[in-house]
Amino acid sequence: MITAAHYLILSGVLFTIGLLGLLLRRNVLLILLSIEIMLNAANLSLVAGSALHGEVDGQVTAFFVMVIAAAEVTIGLAIAVLLFRKQDSVDTNQITFLQG
Amino acid sequence: MESLLFYSFSALSVLSALSVVLVKKPTRALLSLVVTMVALSGLYLLLGAYFIAIAQIIVYAGAVLVLFLFVIMLQGVAAEDIPLLKRFPLRYIILFLAAGGVFIALLTVVFSRINFPALRVPEGTLEAVGRSLFTDFLLPFELTAVLLLLSVFAAVALAKKDDAL
Repeated sequence: MITAAHYLILSGVLFTIGLLGLLLRRNVLLILLSIEIMLNAANLSLVAGSALHGEVDGQVTAFFVMVIAAAEVTIGLAIAVLLFRKQDSVDTNQITFLQG
Repeated sequence: MESLLFYSFSALSVLSALSVVLVKKPTRALLSLVVTMVALSGLYLLLGAYFIAIAQIIVYAGAVLVLFLFVIMLQGVAAEDIPLLKRFPLRYIILFLAAGGVFIALLTVVFSRINFPALRVPEGTLEAVGRSLFTDFLLPFELTAVLLLLSVFAAVALAKKDDAL
């Protein structure tokens, strides 16, 4: 018998994996990919909540999260392209021009 | 049947998410993320969110990840050889893995003690979601349209050459 607890635990596991990638990776593009995993974990818990209450509202919220993720990816990739154009690298250890 | 589908889809999504985080080449990480998205959309189908499942495949696997693929391909080999383990000493990584394991164990203990009622899967068809979008959620829906337009403007303004205007 699958209950909402299973989906919420799975969502927590995916969120932790995304956080691991966010902290361990050094490539800006792969950090963006890890953020996508975390957003999708949040989406899974929203849809599970929707099924828990028998309402469609959680799915609508998940749709909004999807739209916001698309906007975030657009801006993030544009910034990554700019970084690459400016210093030929997307390594976060080499992006130091905010150090003053 | 339902639990078989749930466990196979969730194992697939967790394994492919791990490979996104751990695999060396960016292209392979990206393609593993496609597998994660498809597995998650299978889970959405199990939860009755038919529209969200299809939107997940179209928006993520179709649009967002292809955009990522273009950028990674355009950057070529320069992005490839960033080693995973050079940033932190090994003991920090072990510490972080332990913290993640404790977090997941806490979640499991807490959620397995709560008696959730049985799932009442709603019919999340396009009609139901659309009716909810255009009645209860009309203002946020219009605001997302503005947000998408602004992000298009911002991407163009960021990515153009400085003298091109």
